[in-house]
Amino acid sequence: MRRGVHLALPLFPAVAALGVSFGVLARTADLDALAAIVMSATTFAGSSQVAAVSILGAGGSVAAAVVAALLLNARYAPMGINVAGGFRGAWRKRLLQAQLVVDESWALSGGDLGVLLGVGAMLWFAWVGGTALGALVGQAIGDTSKFGLDGAFAALFVALLATQLRSRSRVVVAVVGAAIAAVLIPFTPPGMPIIAATAAVLLGLRRP
Amino acid sequence: MSAGWTTVLVVGAGTVVLKSVGPVGVAGRTLPPVLDRLLELVAPAILAALVITETFASGRHLVADARLAGAAAGILCVALRAPLWLVVLCGALATAAVRALQ
Repeated sequence: MRRGVHLALPLFPAVAALGVSFGVLARTADLDALAAIVMSATTFAGSSQVAAVSILGAGGSVAAAVVAALLLNARYAPMGINVAGGFRGAWRKRLLQAQLVVDESWALSGGDLGVLLGVGAMLWFAWVGGTALGALVGQAIGDTSKFGLDGAFAALFVALLATQLRSRSRVVVAVVGAAIAAVLIPFTPPGMPIIAATAAVLLGLRRP
Repeated sequence: MSAGWTTVLVVGAGTVVLKSVGPVGVAGRTLPPVLDRLLELVAPAILAALVITETFASGRHLVADARLAGAAAGILCVALRAPLWLVVLCGALATAAVRALQ
């Protein structure tokens, strides 16, 4: 666990700063400060939180926001199964510890549960603390539209997407997903084009 | 309950369940490889769709407005390997600047 805390140190300010951004962005979807903080504390998964908030902000339904966010978090099922062997003790304890599985803690742990929990706990405090700061500052700012926060969402998703394009098949799926969304925007309510874009994963059925 | 709070609570509960599946439920087992392969493609598909909707969608219309500057700033930041918080800041500044000039 100590080693995990050390490994997480360089990530701490970055995650805290991103938490601040999420807190401010949440204001564009009319989430109050407490709702933004509760979301960071319970969901603790950046891209899904930003997705849910941006869909609500664009006038999408609760159902569209929830489905898109949970589809983005579906990866935590196989990731959790992958590290499940290291968890010990009562199920309540394992359930709490499991919440510290995020992309960074999972990737840095190399299968070592102590490292995973150390990294996860550090980043949880950075993420929730940053969100609280951003949400309260955002609340104080009032009208956020003139600060270009809608464009900040676009930039953030570009960067999150870039981290995902690790192989040719992922690039192809991203291009097809983007095309599906673009074609559907004029014909479906906000949020639906994003959910429909997941049909692009069926390309993964082809032999790699 | 407001749309925001409903979303927060349902996404929170759903994510807790997804994260707990392995450590609480099925320790030691693995998913069928096909399902594994499909799940790992979900993130690029959804994030690519979000880039499109957040840049071009305005309700049910496709428009090119100041957000395009935000997306372009994002691409530039990625090319320069900037950290995510800086990407957000540059995206907002570029969008606000273009909007102020219009």
